[in-house]
Amino acid sequence: MASTERKPISTGSEWTFELIKEYDEAIAEAARHFGLDTYRNQIEVISAEQMMDAYSSVGMPVGYHHWSFGKQFLQTEKLYKRGQMGLAYEIVINSDPCIAYLMEENTMMMQALVIAHACYGHNSFFKGNYLFRTWTDASAIIDYLLFARNYISKCEQRHGVEAVESVLDACHSIMNQGVDRYKRPSPISALKEEARLREREAYLQQQVNDLWRTIPTRAGEKSRKKQPRFPAEPQENLLYFIEKNAPLLEPWQREIVRIVRKIAQYFYPQRQTQVMNEGWATFWHYTLINHLYDEGKVTDGFMLEFLQSHTSVVYQPSFDSQWYSGINPYALGFAMFQDIKRICQSPTEEDKRWFPDIAGSDWLKTLDFAMRNFKDESFILQFLSPKIIRDFKFFNILDDDRDNEYVVTAIHDDHGYRQVRELLARQYNLSFKDPNIQVYNVDLRGDRSLTLRHFPIDRIPLQEKDGNEVLKHLHRLWGFDVVLESVEGDKVLSTLRCPPQNKAEVSS
Amino acid sequence: MTNTHVVDRRLNGRNKSAVNRQRFLRRYREHIKKAVTEAVNKRSITDIDRGESVSIPGKDISEPVFRNGRGGRRSNVHPGNREFVTGDTIARPPGGGGGGGAGQGKASNQGEGIDEFVFQISQDEFLDFMFEDLALPNLIRKQLKDTLSYKYVRAGYTNQGTPAKINIVRSMRGAYARRLALTGNRRKRIAELEAELEALKKQPEHPDPALSPAARIKELEEEIERLRNRVKRVPYIDEIDIRYNQHLRQPQPATAAVMFCLMDVSGSMSQNHKDIAKRFFILLYLFLKRNYQKIDVVFIRHHTSAKEVDEQEFFYSRETGGTIVSSALKLMKEVMDARYPTADWNIYAAQASDGDNWNDDSPRCSKMLAEDILPKTQFYSYIEITPHEHQMLWHEYEKLLTPFKDRFAMQQIVDAGDIFPVFRKLFQKQGEHG
Repeated sequence: MASTERKPISTGSEWTFELIKEYDEAIAEAARHFGLDTYRNQIEVISAEQMMDAYSSVGMPVGYHHWSFGKQFLQTEKLYKRGQMGLAYEIVINSDPCIAYLMEENTMMMQALVIAHACYGHNSFFKGNYLFRTWTDASAIIDYLLFARNYISKCEQRHGVEAVESVLDACHSIMNQGVDRYKRPSPISALKEEARLREREAYLQQQVNDLWRTIPTRAGEKSRKKQPRFPAEPQENLLYFIEKNAPLLEPWQREIVRIVRKIAQYFYPQRQTQVMNEGWATFWHYTLINHLYDEGKVTDGFMLEFLQSHTSVVYQPSFDSQWYSGINPYALGFAMFQDIKRICQSPTEEDKRWFPDIAGSDWLKTLDFAMRNFKDESFILQFLSPKIIRDFKFFNILDDDRDNEYVVTAIHDDHGYRQVRELLARQYNLSFKDPNIQVYNVDLRGDRSLTLRHFPIDRIPLQEKDGNEVLKHLHRLWGFDVVLESVEGDKVLSTLRCPPQNKAEVSS
Repeated sequence: MTNTHVVDRRLNGRNKSAVNRQRFLRRYREHIKKAVTEAVNKRSITDIDRGESVSIPGKDISEPVFRNGRGGRRSNVHPGNREFVTGDTIARPPGGGGGGGAGQGKASNQGEGIDEFVFQISQDEFLDFMFEDLALPNLIRKQLKDTLSYKYVRAGYTNQGTPAKINIVRSMRGAYARRLALTGNRRKRIAELEAELEALKKQPEHPDPALSPAARIKELEEEIERLRNRVKRVPYIDEIDIRYNQHLRQPQPATAAVMFCLMDVSGSMSQNHKDIAKRFFILLYLFLKRNYQKIDVVFIRHHTSAKEVDEQEFFYSRETGGTIVSSALKLMKEVMDARYPTADWNIYAAQASDGDNWNDDSPRCSKMLAEDILPKTQFYSYIEITPHEHQMLWHEYEKLLTPFKDRFAMQQIVDAGDIFPVFRKLFQKQGEHG
């Protein structure tokens, strides 16, 4: 192939709209060649300032207004203007059509890279991966965000910016505890939301009155002990619980809680698939652009520029480097997908032992299977090969506060592979990353206080200062005392409460 | 063939985050105000109106979430091993509770990481914060010849105008009326003829062709046709039907104001004093320029004699001499009488001096103020720049405080740090006066 005549699409570094279209077509064709299944694409060319906008509203193209996005914007702007941070070349939104932002400052090569990366890499991941398929509804998200923004600004007009802001602040603080981890959520639909809005407001208010109906009886200590707990089962979705049960919230406040919850839910798959998503997109931009090169559609200069960008994207500093800030998801993800391809095409003895089912199989099918059916944690557990562990020179450090020293428990050797793989997978498990906090009880017969329980994993405690701040927010939503107990088994290790208890003498 | 759609979004959606930015500034206005005040006090004369970088303690703006704290037992996989083998131990870094936790990359210790949140506010925002809640006291709307502001008011309809102002309802109504008027007679005639035609058609067929109505019927039909055509020729809408909304310019009573800046540049004023005075006036000048588009500023500097000067000379000239304060007041009165009749103008004055004056002159000053100037001004402020004992002039002026308490104020500035607070005190918005 290399000897065939080269007919590059362009030779300069300037981009034009025509060229973007031509490159897109060429890349689309390459993507079809590899059988990538994508949503339609909408490429939007934006300025650096708009990119900072998009950045600061966490990629939501039509976010509601909130000061924290302003803060984010100021921070991004400062870093960018001082040159401490380059802007991402692209932002891509999980919607149908899939919206990808290209920055006008990019060179033609960069635009092509971004198109391959976002419009065909991420896009096909959004469309294929099971988490996105079950948890988000790409065709409805933009409408929903629009609905959310309009609703919130209506609330601002009616109840004042400050009132809305304090609800949003409070909701944001428990956003990470606002997702259903196991239950499949119902799909988002702006139309339905609006239609059911009023109905629901009335209904919800009625529901909540159940809490009121139980008139506090005279403190019969015995009966209180026998009271069944409410909720009967502990609940992990704090936002949902607040939305449905907080006694003092107004209907519009409930609706805002719901909006934040829905958005948290929408972003949840992204948090679970960083390595896979970025790795997949990186793998495909690399593969697709190389394919263009093989077909003679891009020049050598283009390729050199491309490779330079690509290598800096997948650069992984080692742990003792001053640039080190954890594992680079692009690097790990890219390496793993490349490695799966290698195992399929030219497996070694080792690979045949470790991956008997995929060694020597059709790489495209295997990759597709991997993309569709895993999240970071399970993906690593399933596909991290000894070769990758050796290449990255992974090692594990155990930090136990009961010991005086850190211990290296596993390295990239025969004894260590499995342990490193397990531990690394665990590192990407959000259930271990976020503190495990659940709604435990509401004191229906007493002071209506809300009790949450924190179940420490490996004795890792909650950061207390922030915990107290979050409790203040929760208290604002709940309207009565909020207690957070850290428990091990049934033993309460420590307690945070809001408002802080200073009436010890009264209770005793 | 492809399903891709390329959109150029660069032109719209600029400043999308502006609202969020404003929200942020509003939320942290106390911090920003403090930074602005500090900045104003530190700055030199020339760059007093630059933007400013504001820093807010990180803990004040953090958004709390539940996160893991230190301690417990945790494993971390890191890349780039060189010399470690399984079972190696590494000493825990010293420092209470494990300093940074060796490469403890992410979330866990972020909480305490950020110290200060620093960001830039623009010049405009800076000035907004600087002059927030300030206003010229006692400002009154006065009718004025020099009408810079007009208001457009509706003034009925006209038959001339630009297409943008066509009033469709009026035009169509006119057209309808014209059509009715021009076709009325003929329509009436048509109606009559049609009635006759109808009657004729009902008549039974006459056996005698001579008496048969057929001829008449034909005649009638032709006549009706002719009339209908003529009616049709009346145009549906004509140029003369078209009406335009008419707007007239009405002069608006404007708030015209003039500020007299009186500065002492006598030899007794040290360079430092002059600097303070100038900075005070620069603040005042910026404030006026920003918040009142139409305002005259008269600069008067004086030593033994007073002189009206332009902005440039006022702030930068180095001329100096002895001190006769009344010379400035006299000049101010002259200018006022000549150019700023009280009927049309809100008159303001700010005077800065170190309080050093010919002793004979001070009573004269207060007399002039009380008799000639204060009755005509909305507000007169005197600032004395001195770290020392007050002299004659201050005591003379103090006598004016009671009789003119609504329009006379005096303040003392000791060093540069006082300028802005004093300035704010003088021009603090007073609720009922807008």
